Amino acid sequence: MLREREKEIIRALQAGIPLARRPYQVLAEKLKMSEEELLAKIEDFLEQGVIRRFGALVRHQDLGYTANAMVVWEVPEERIEEVGRLMAAFDEVTHCYQRPARLPDWPYNLFAMVHGRTPAECREITARLSRAGGVEDYRLLFSVAELKKSPREYFQTSP
Amino acid sequence: MTLDSLDRRLLNLIQARFPITPEPYRELAEALGASEEEILGRLERLVADGVIRRLGPIFDSRKLGYCSTLVALKVPSERVEEVAAVVNSFPGVTHNYLRDDRYNMWFTLLEETPARLEATLKEIKRRTGITEILNLPAARIFKLRVNFDLGEE
Repeated sequence: MLREREKEIIRALQAGIPLARRPYQVLAEKLKMSEEELLAKIEDFLEQGVIRRFGALVRHQDLGYTANAMVVWEVPEERIEEVGRLMAAFDEVTHCYQRPARLPDWPYNLFAMVHGRTPAECREITARLSRAGGVEDYRLLFSVAELKKSPREYFQTSP
Repeated sequence: MTLDSLDRRLLNLIQARFPITPEPYRELAEALGASEEEILGRLERLVADGVIRRLGPIFDSRKLGYCSTLVALKVPSERVEEVAAVVNSFPGVTHNYLRDDRYNMWFTLLEETPARLEATLKEIKRRTGITEILNLPAARIFKLRVNFDLGEE
């Protein structure tokens, strides 16, 4: 469990690192701690995996990757681990999760985000993945519109 | 906007890891053979233009004790805008996409406790009147690569 003090630090960090010469000093002052303590705390969070990555979150549509599809497969329960690991090993797959099927309406239990430069390329990649995994039943769900994207603000209200 | 070679080198560098040292921008400037002013100026522009969405920590929501799920709704096409407004009004909804499928609205929901997650879902159902809804929490994660910014969950 996180202590209240750690939650305060997380609240301060999640707004982002300021564009100032001594950005950690700026944040540390607000938190009434030393810059050194704050830097050590960030390293701790990284080591514990509380912070997964410390860097820039970039909108990659601006960097040449334009298409992505959410792909869902219907995989027999006894093969899901094998197939999940296999799909995850592909570079074009950024996310790969097992989720519950909801029968009869929704038989799909393996989900992946597949990235390509065009929708056609996403379809080709998906066909290749499906052949490799030996699974025939799948759908590609292309996004038509982004309705919301905003990072979670953590610990804004008491539980 | 167009990115020049220094922009790209800078973005590559800070996507992987931003320096956790007293003068991080000076350190980046040295690594790229530019001045600290130049780097700060470029970062300001990249943030203003929306290329950089955020600079700093990406938290692991599970390690923070949060629980998450992926939810799909079947929304009649003429109600998409109105239903999206309700769904998006919840701070726990971090991503919401319209997709070309019979289940056409897909959003991720992140809450501090399972009880709050259930309460938010119930409230979304009540306020939208949508009954065809799939609640699909992850049973297992095979891969999660966040360098590609498409969903933190």
